[in-house]
Amino acid sequence: MRKISMDSLSALFEAISGTMPLFLPVDGKEGASYKKWEPGTEYSKALNTNKSAKDFFFPQVENMMAFKTEGKNIEVLDLKEDVGPFAIFGVRACDLASFSILDRVFLSDPVDSFYKARRDNAVIISVACSRPQETCFCSAFSIDAAAPGGDVECVMADGMVYLEAKTEKGEAFLKNLEAVTEASDERAAEAEQAKIRERIEKLPLANLSTDAFGGGKTMEYFNNPLWDELSANCLGCGTCTFVCPTCQCYDIKDYNTGKGVQRFRCWDSCMYSDFTKMAHGNIRNSQKERFRQRFMHKLVYFPENNEGIFGCVGCGRCLAKCPISMNIVKVMKTLGGADNA
Amino acid sequence: MHNSDPLIPKVGTITDVRIDTPDVKTFRVLTPDGKKAFDHMPGQCAMLSIPGVGEAMFSITSSPTNTEYMEFSIKKCGCVTEWLHQAEVGQQITIRGPYGKPFPVDTVFRGQDMLFIAGGIGLAPLRSVINYCRHYRDQYGKIDIVYGSRSKDDLVDYKEIIDEWCNDDGINVHLTIDNPQEGWDGHVGFVPNYVKELGFSTDKTAILCGPPIMIKFTLQGLVDLGFEKTQIYTTMELKMKCGVGKCGRCNIGAKYVCKDGPVFRCDEIDELPDEY
Repeated sequence: MRKISMDSLSALFEAISGTMPLFLPVDGKEGASYKKWEPGTEYSKALNTNKSAKDFFFPQVENMMAFKTEGKNIEVLDLKEDVGPFAIFGVRACDLASFSILDRVFLSDPVDSFYKARRDNAVIISVACSRPQETCFCSAFSIDAAAPGGDVECVMADGMVYLEAKTEKGEAFLKNLEAVTEASDERAAEAEQAKIRERIEKLPLANLSTDAFGGGKTMEYFNNPLWDELSANCLGCGTCTFVCPTCQCYDIKDYNTGKGVQRFRCWDSCMYSDFTKMAHGNIRNSQKERFRQRFMHKLVYFPENNEGIFGCVGCGRCLAKCPISMNIVKVMKTLGGADNA
Repeated sequence: MHNSDPLIPKVGTITDVRIDTPDVKTFRVLTPDGKKAFDHMPGQCAMLSIPGVGEAMFSITSSPTNTEYMEFSIKKCGCVTEWLHQAEVGQQITIRGPYGKPFPVDTVFRGQDMLFIAGGIGLAPLRSVINYCRHYRDQYGKIDIVYGSRSKDDLVDYKEIIDEWCNDDGINVHLTIDNPQEGWDGHVGFVPNYVKELGFSTDKTAILCGPPIMIKFTLQGLVDLGFEKTQIYTTMELKMKCGVGKCGRCNIGAKYVCKDGPVFRCDEIDELPDEY
């Protein structure tokens, strides 16, 4: 284990930036978001960023290819850029867990090479959640916010940052950082982790259970009359999908730049009315059907295909951001029965 | 140029356009150097696109046993298809694939009597299987083909059906159109009713493709005749963007139609939520 004083964080960031671009949560007018570190950039004290960290690997918009057309002829131009190493500091346990969920989609055969290039090149430095919020429920998915993992794991305690390499990549990364010194007082970090776990146990959603859900339960929940009530006020705005670290549906569209056509990929939402609309009709015409699809996917369909792993990490962003205060916790409590109240 | 990602397509050239019906054309597609873009199996699909217009999934209507070219029978019904319908020979498009699980032509279907039932443009994916079975004729038993459309003019591949399929030994073709028409002395009536009238023996493997309403009633008709759903296959169509099970669009229950389908056995469909 190594350490550095909180007061010297900028020295740490400077040292990292000397070797590769560094991104970290920075406060803005409307909350924190990941920004590239430059001298003077302050690390945000917010628990989490507004948007999740999935942008690093699955950006909101990305150009994939371009086309040069001349008469009847077409040329396909590969726009994939070379990706170099980069570091992300301050990833919370929930977002970190979302990466392995996204991996199951993008790294399964056939591998999405755009995603993989960025994933392979990232050094992820996680930070334990000393101040979890009332909207947090990562523990429901067996995520330990006190020991998030990543390539390097940080615990902040008593004015110090304790850093521990969790992978070979993390070990190599830490070795090259002269700003951090060997720590002999691991106990301080361990004590802080114990306190974090105590705080999490006392959170209002600490007892949320996933037991009622999982693969093989499609028919049990699909025709449940409660979907009408749950979805009644849903605006279909898609905010939940955009802030969600695990939502990964995307659209592919063409854009005429005036000098040629570019084909880009962008985030999409199963909550949108045209998501499944095709020439012969739409399989999900009502908001209820679209709402149901999103939650069935996270709570039943995804675990069915992924050894029981749910498509949610309990980050709580949808609880904080939904304009009508609907969210996955309410869905789980309503459908999951009395035991889950 | 190398294709560095499954989403990056190859260039294909339209080398022939055949007008099948007032709203269906069949396009022959080859790479610019005159080869097939890739190999496929019956039932699999390909993504075709026109830069600036869009990309869409189409079933490959030619049989893999056709070593010279690939064909797509496409009905004019949306942006991409309307654009394709005005395309001329020599026009380049993009193509990627093959996608999806094919019909089990080399396993389950081997040695079976086959019953193909199609409605309208639903013949397009079945044509690939039918011609595959015709090519390896001794591997399959008797073949019955029931095909119906709105009118005689709407029967896709009419010439091939009359000139080739109807002349093959051991193949019975049963055509029908929805309403009586001058110059048509064949059967008149909807496909599901015609299937019941023909009353097939239940030892066949049935493959259905057509409009959802036709599939629904024909499936019920076959079950009424005594067929088990495990003997009946169909192929589904949903909106798709990636074709590789990632964009989330064709997700029904725990299945992705692009990857786990488009071919499904009808008992498998019963396990999916009713969203197709």
